[in-house]
Amino acid sequence: MQSLMDQFFNLEIMAKALPLMLSGLWMTAKLCAAVIVLGLGGGLVVALANVSPRRWLRFPSIVFTDIFRALPPLVLLIFIYSGLPFAGIEISPFAAVALAFLLNNSAYYAEVYRAGILSVGKGQWEAARSTGLSQTQTLTSVVLPQAVRNVLPDLLSNTVEVVKLTSLASVVSLSELLYTANMARSITYNASPLVLAALIYLVILWPVVRLVSRFQRRLAA
Amino acid sequence: MVSRPMLEIVSLQKCFGDNVILRDINLKVAQGELVFIIGPSGSGKSTMLRCCNRLEEPSGGDVIVDGRNIMSGTRRDLDLMRLKVGMVFQGFHLYPHMSVLNNVTLAQRKAMGRTAEEAKARAMDMLERVGLAHKADAMPAQLSGGQQQRVAIARALALDPLVMLFDEPTSALDPELVGSVLAVMKDLKAKGMTMLVVSHEMGFARETADRVIFMDGGVVVEEGAPDEIFGAPKAERTQAFLSRVTR
Amino acid sequence: MQNFLHTFFDPNVMARYLPDVLSGMMVAIWIGAAVVVAGVTAGLALACLRTYRIAICDVFIICFADIFRALPPLVLILLLYFGLPGVGVRLSGPVVLFVVLSLTLAAFAEEIFWAGFSSIEKGQWEAGISTGLGFGGTLVYVALPQAVRLAIPPLVNRVLAITKMTALGSVIGVLEILSAATTAQSFSGSATPLSLAAIAYLVLFLPLVFAARMFERRREQSLGR
Repeated sequence: MQSLMDQFFNLEIMAKALPLMLSGLWMTAKLCAAVIVLGLGGGLVVALANVSPRRWLRFPSIVFTDIFRALPPLVLLIFIYSGLPFAGIEISPFAAVALAFLLNNSAYYAEVYRAGILSVGKGQWEAARSTGLSQTQTLTSVVLPQAVRNVLPDLLSNTVEVVKLTSLASVVSLSELLYTANMARSITYNASPLVLAALIYLVILWPVVRLVSRFQRRLAA
Repeated sequence: MVSRPMLEIVSLQKCFGDNVILRDINLKVAQGELVFIIGPSGSGKSTMLRCCNRLEEPSGGDVIVDGRNIMSGTRRDLDLMRLKVGMVFQGFHLYPHMSVLNNVTLAQRKAMGRTAEEAKARAMDMLERVGLAHKADAMPAQLSGGQQQRVAIARALALDPLVMLFDEPTSALDPELVGSVLAVMKDLKAKGMTMLVVSHEMGFARETADRVIFMDGGVVVEEGAPDEIFGAPKAERTQAFLSRVTR
Repeated sequence: MQNFLHTFFDPNVMARYLPDVLSGMMVAIWIGAAVVVAGVTAGLALACLRTYRIAICDVFIICFADIFRALPPLVLILLLYFGLPGVGVRLSGPVVLFVVLSLTLAAFAEEIFWAGFSSIEKGQWEAGISTGLGFGGTLVYVALPQAVRLAIPPLVNRVLAITKMTALGSVIGVLEILSAATTAQSFSGSATPLSLAAIAYLVLFLPLVFAARMFERRREQSLGR
């Protein structure tokens, strides 16, 4: 029991690792901001192409979402980080992560947006067009606001996944939360920093997960 | 009434917290009798019905079915009792993932222990009786509301119930579908089924019921033959209610 | 262009490392299949347990589901793989990967099945109970089949997302597709093995993506009607 505490809940080691891990947490925060914004934006573009009546827009968007839903994000990340230099493109770990997750997250966010846009009835389009709004105006001021509100829980739960995903950046040596925790683990030969990292993720994400569950139950009722 | 009652409710009470729904209900239903319960919404009539098979747990009092008190006994006894008390709901509640036939055979096989063949034969008899034998292989979603309700009646009948409880069986139906369900109920009565019916179909009550009970505020206000209740109600509350609903 | 093809799709390198990637695929399939069976079964069992509404059980299940939905699987993988040996428990890479992914899937599956149970009308339970099926009988014959049917589209999506995570095994030396490819990449000095890995994943997972889309479209249609 004592050894279990020492190995996983060693407060002394946690305290020592904390400054390093806080810098990692800061990097995770920056990373989250970047990949969430990129994913929300990219996803919207892909979703709009997907619901477009034009075939040449719809088809590439379907191919895009299918491919990036099938590829594991880590594979994408390694491919970009280790593969692109072979083509003469040097890329920083941060840029590699941002690019990989832009592709991956856009595909997932696009599916959520798409469901939202489809959930807005045809009547809304017709009503808006009949009051003289253009196609674009109808989309941006009538349909999208309703679409986003309808799928808010799913957007939120997808964002939880995006935040969790940033931990993969540790694999390409980007010194975010998990990377710094694992570094502290290898220096101290003690798993407590990893436990601390898990606790930090829990503190940040548990409330959001709870919120998503509450949201979804209310919608079902 | 010489024979012992098929269903007897003795000083039944039900409350949710401070909110008293039923206070001291007493009622005897003889074998083959059709007792019709009317009353404004919130009068407790549905709750009383649901206490008769303990879908709603009474706060006090007893319910006796065929001489057996359903308030005592094991969980197994309770399930066996429920086999003997058929219930028909306002919302039909057919199982949407099963064919009509399987809806009617499920409890026969799983709760009564009938073999698949016995259950099917019995189910087809009952579906015949409600005029839907030709729909045995249909799914509930393919049926009209009236047809669904008749299947629900067949589902309850297939378990050879001693008593049938009807909880507003026609309230969720389009007007033109009500007649088919009432016809089935009338046929049941003619064949001697003991029935307790909560409904707003006053014409049906007048024609078919042996006794009408008017409930309000969790008590039985008045009871009597249909002609008495509908023709010359004594209590003021009954008069007020009837003038509101029959106009 | 010639150069690009040579870098990413060198036929010689492909032929040389195809067997490694194929055996990596087998590993991914085995672990993925085991995770799906264990995770979905556990999730369904927990959701069924929750229908009994036993307060203490519910608290335990909700906490379990919340925690394993909030934690990044890679954190758990590193924790088990590098932490447990310190207390004398040494789990192999594949076992750690299996345990972590199964727990994660179980948490998500529980929530999905529970949402399915929650959207079944109360009248369905009452119909079952009033015909003498009892709570257990109604659960098994009436509620469960309907809950499972409702759960399938979101469940397929989640199964897809989590079986893809077998790629995380490369971090702890599980010889699956990605680790076969990165090893081959450093030996061959070519990016081709990485392309090979990407193709291998597409072959494995595109069918699942198509299945997921089919279920979604079907649900959209039935909702639209």
